[in-house]
Amino acid sequence: MNWIEIFRSGISTGTVLLIAAIGEILTERAGIQNLGVEGMMLVGAMAGFKVAFTTGNVWLGLLAAIAAGGLLSLAHALVTIHFQADQTVSGLSLTFLGTGLALVLGDGLTGQTGPVIPRASIPLLSQIPYLGQIAFSDHNLLVYFGYLLLPIVTYFINKTRPGLHLRAVGENPAAADTLGVNIYRTRYLYTFIGGCFAGLAGAAISVAIAPGWYSNLTVNGQGWIAVALVIFAHWNPWRAALGGYLFGILRRFTLDLQGPRILFGLANPFFYNTNLVFFLQMTPYILTIIALIWGSSAARKKRIGAPAALGTPYQRGERGL
Amino acid sequence: MKIPYPVLLKRTEDSPKWLPVVTSVGAVLLAFIISGVILAVTGADPFKVYSYLFKASFGSWGAFSDVVVKATPLLLIGLGCSLAFRMRLWNIGAEGQFFVGAFMASAVVMVPLVNLDTTPRWAIISLMAALGMLGGSLYAFIAGFLKAKLNINEIIITLMLNYIAVLWNNYWIFGKWSESGFQMTKTFPKSAWLPRLADYAKQVPAFSGMTLHLGILFGLIAAVIVYLIIYRSKWGYKITLIGDNPRAARYAGINITANTILVFMVSGALAGLAGMTEVSGVVHRLQERISTSYGFSGVIVAWLAKLNPFVVIVVSILFGALLVASREIQPSGISFLIQGITLFLVISSDVLLKYEIKWVRPAQETAQ
Amino acid sequence: MTFPEETNTVPAVEMQDIVLRFPGVLANDHVNFTLYPGEIHALLGENGAGKSTLMNVLTGLYKPQSGEIRIHGKKVSFNSPRDAIANGIGMVHQHFMLVENQTVTENILIGLDTPRFALNLKKYDQEISNLAEQFGIHIDPTAKIWQLSVGEQQRVEILKILYRGANILIMDEPTAVLAPQEADELIETLKGMAAQGKSIAFISHKLNEVKHVADKLTVLRRGRATAERVDLQDFTRESLASLMVGREVIFNLHKCEQTAGREVLRLEDVSALNNKNLPALRKVDLALHEGEILGIAGVAGNGQSELVEVITGLRPCTGRIWLEGKDIANKPPSFSINQGLAHIPEDRIGVGSAPNLSLTSNIIMKRYDQQPVSQKWQLDYVAADSLADGLKTEYDIQAPSVQTQARKLSGGNLQKLILARELSSTPRMVVAMQPTRGLDVGAIESVQQLLLNQREQGCAILLVSEDLDELLSLSDRIAVMYEGQIVGVLCSEDFDITQIGLMMTGTLPEELPEKAQAEEAPTDGTPSSFDEVLDNLHNYEESTQAKRPAEIEPSSESAEPIEALPQPESSATPEDLPQNLTEKERVLRKVLGENYKQGDEE
Repeated sequence: MNWIEIFRSGISTGTVLLIAAIGEILTERAGIQNLGVEGMMLVGAMAGFKVAFTTGNVWLGLLAAIAAGGLLSLAHALVTIHFQADQTVSGLSLTFLGTGLALVLGDGLTGQTGPVIPRASIPLLSQIPYLGQIAFSDHNLLVYFGYLLLPIVTYFINKTRPGLHLRAVGENPAAADTLGVNIYRTRYLYTFIGGCFAGLAGAAISVAIAPGWYSNLTVNGQGWIAVALVIFAHWNPWRAALGGYLFGILRRFTLDLQGPRILFGLANPFFYNTNLVFFLQMTPYILTIIALIWGSSAARKKRIGAPAALGTPYQRGERGL
Repeated sequence: MKIPYPVLLKRTEDSPKWLPVVTSVGAVLLAFIISGVILAVTGADPFKVYSYLFKASFGSWGAFSDVVVKATPLLLIGLGCSLAFRMRLWNIGAEGQFFVGAFMASAVVMVPLVNLDTTPRWAIISLMAALGMLGGSLYAFIAGFLKAKLNINEIIITLMLNYIAVLWNNYWIFGKWSESGFQMTKTFPKSAWLPRLADYAKQVPAFSGMTLHLGILFGLIAAVIVYLIIYRSKWGYKITLIGDNPRAARYAGINITANTILVFMVSGALAGLAGMTEVSGVVHRLQERISTSYGFSGVIVAWLAKLNPFVVIVVSILFGALLVASREIQPSGISFLIQGITLFLVISSDVLLKYEIKWVRPAQETAQ
Repeated sequence: MTFPEETNTVPAVEMQDIVLRFPGVLANDHVNFTLYPGEIHALLGENGAGKSTLMNVLTGLYKPQSGEIRIHGKKVSFNSPRDAIANGIGMVHQHFMLVENQTVTENILIGLDTPRFALNLKKYDQEISNLAEQFGIHIDPTAKIWQLSVGEQQRVEILKILYRGANILIMDEPTAVLAPQEADELIETLKGMAAQGKSIAFISHKLNEVKHVADKLTVLRRGRATAERVDLQDFTRESLASLMVGREVIFNLHKCEQTAGREVLRLEDVSALNNKNLPALRKVDLALHEGEILGIAGVAGNGQSELVEVITGLRPCTGRIWLEGKDIANKPPSFSINQGLAHIPEDRIGVGSAPNLSLTSNIIMKRYDQQPVSQKWQLDYVAADSLADGLKTEYDIQAPSVQTQARKLSGGNLQKLILARELSSTPRMVVAMQPTRGLDVGAIESVQQLLLNQREQGCAILLVSEDLDELLSLSDRIAVMYEGQIVGVLCSEDFDITQIGLMMTGTLPEELPEKAQAEEAPTDGTPSSFDEVLDNLHNYEESTQAKRPAEIEPSSESAEPIEALPQPESSATPEDLPQNLTEKERVLRKVLGENYKQGDEE
């Protein structure tokens, strides 16, 4: 059990979840719940891979992925903000839509090899014993992007004027509206940004961390895990990152459990019975359920909740007499 | 800027009665058109694809029999979803409940739970059906309970449970129940097969090769039962009330927790039954791939049918046709794409039921 | 249009002849409103009178169909709230528009163009602190809104508009949610701001406080001004009440003398928390009898909602609640419904009905399990429809058919639907919360009469209402709630608006002044008798109806009734009238004289 390797892998996988989760945090803080993240990640993964594959330029692929996710999210925004449709159903329909689009447009790409985002090590930081190896050496550039994203987004949300408006729109849109904040525009903007992030997260899989296109197995539920992560993280980017990395670590750990003959001093059941691997594969999903259960009761205790206006369409109400 | 632009105004009267039908039908047609465009973009010929689709599904009785076979699980799942959605419970876990139902039904044969040689066929099949429903409903209970007691987002829970169910089945398929190392169980004995039309090929030669099985009867009966529940029974009234205004339902003394769990369980039972019909009536074994995303298509079917049980029958036939025909065309995701676009368009068009479009010239506006 | 004296300064606000119509409602009917700098001008009227609407016109939320608005002499036309803000107008709403989990400073900064990007909170904390000090407001700018008391939150709202340079402040029912000390603090603050040159419009329906805070008064009733820019010294509380409320409708109510029967409901030592986990009910004791209407009076937010919820099983509590001998505390709503408890909820749309379902479905909401609607597992919709049809006729619910969706009904008809549902099951007890809120006059009368009819049949009714006059006219006893406790219970013989009002603000019964003192004769220069004031009132009403607002002359010499009118019985004193009329009825009877409609008096 190579712990270094497990942590490294955890950070890589966690970065995908992190990027998608942060996008969704931004969207949900504005009051819109976007359940289409899985679909947007898939189109992003497909678009990123396809464009990178056909043009040979992986950065163009990234751009295409971001655009794909963003465009798809605009559909969700239109339907939920302007048409005031139910956000849950709309998000679901976008998952189907995104999946369908990705499957059709990504046809024929399965198993192909395409260009990949380069890896690098950060000088100096990678020299730190243990931590340097785990966090700063020979990682995909997107991982480092993830590191940077965290403080930037946190600062943006909490300490800037646009961040203030974002939070106000999600908590009490009526209050923001009376003060002149454009609710519609704000919600459109952050839904779009969230979609872009989701697309980027998808590309992070297909052209960086687990390169390749394997139709819907490419994402395989990580979009949903990201949405659950947002709830579990109480809409806080740092907690989302923590959760994401933890997830990745646990996932890799459970996969690695199969390797050694001896596990913690006893014969390793996973080694001897390869079919038990399926239970190991269940772990991310079981963990998500546990995280949700834990997250909701903790929230209840601390009286922290979702952004108060999450999921409710906004209509400038008639003032009573 | 004096360009007139469309504005959505809340309707003051009811929308015309024909509007929901038109929007549903229009959504499907538009979805085909849009998908056709996308197909063209990827280099396929949409006209060829669509004419093939039509021939492959309605071109012959044999084809139609295939369509019904594919429609059966869609029907059962669609009914279950329509019941749940009526109470605004988003049961997206039909896929997982399907797999668990298939598992439980297979257990009858694989364990085996009864003596397969001596027990009459109808008893075996009834037991399989019962266990299939039980499995599905217990699996759904998990989500229902968590939602009712802890108000946890049932969408994510049911989705996670989907993945878990597939893996659970895999464990048995690849392991204990595996047939000589292949990733499937042995073929079930004939006594565990749902009767098919092909079984009567001797009496009626036309039936030869037709795999339409008894499961469709389950589906039709279920449709009638669901209809009676929703439109005639007291329970259906309670469900509708909770779905429309849970606060009013609580004020009226209705137990929302109990009903949440109950509705989830019934919805899961139907999905589990669908799983049973698939292993007993179609593949006659438990294997890894038993569902072409029936669970998700069922959701779309229910929504497109606007939750009406009898319309679900019609829509599930349509979608069954889509699934049959798209088996053999490239690209393979086309049916999913059409379904996805359809659902999206149906949702978007729902807005027309609440609002009407008026063209406004800027000068006409007054401050709100 | 005449403006009193003062100085030759230009008014801060001049609203002339404002007409504002909503579909089906004439909210403002040729109303005038003028506000001078440094003045606190109160706008008085009951719910639905049009005061908030008029001010919403001033804040740019509504555009009037006709009329003119001048700010500091300049004619303006507002297209949105931004225009109003740009003209120095700010409104503090009754329902605060604050983001709970953000700080004071953050809330104040929302919507502004500076700071451009980075929020240098420390700097703005200081700025806001300074601003607050300038007006004698004490607030910690770094506190989060949910940590603040209601009074402090209100001050944040005030700071919000001051920070944006508001010179004209509109306060919408500001003391509705304040405790008495907080209300006093607020009034001091407002006076301080007026002294610094701000112009303040103060919307209220509270008679007492208006006297303490305002310089001038305008009274609105049903969209029109019954008094315009009058001096408050000239009116007693009673005369203000009549200006606000004078409803002929009251006299058509048939309320007979009744003695209460045996006990139906008893609350013992009931305490409960509200949604913020703060105490909302503190050891409440209450009893309700057959054939009795017990009115619950009190400022909103003093525990009335929670009281209703614990009785109807929608909120947990400690203590015991006996309904006909059974303890219904902490049991689900179905339990008390089965014991014959009917509940007319405060929120007609959010709680009381299922908007997209038909009339029939709404009517059988609590009886789907009973004959004739219930047939084993089935619901007999045909029987349900005919039941609904019968009730629709009986309760005069205006709707195309019983299949109509509930959301299409007007407020009054929806309430009748709810009443039909609740009252037709011959309940033993009815809990009615704000049953006539937001309804038009005809509907109000129907609802009140229905409640009285139930009372006659021996039903026990708990009536919670913000409308003091409604309570006065309907109740046999009135219990006053303040801060989660019952401060006092009065029987109908002892009903007195003043006393109740005082109790509503926390005065204990022992501390109340004697009733007789309330009608002390005022000093010279002002009307020498109650009757003269009423004469003036009468004159004023007539002249307003002719759309020529007349002056109110405080001195008795110029109180000349307009010719065409019959002389009121000005020589009669209160003692001449039958004793068993309420004070309200007495007052208006005098005013209208022969125009007084004969109700079924005893």
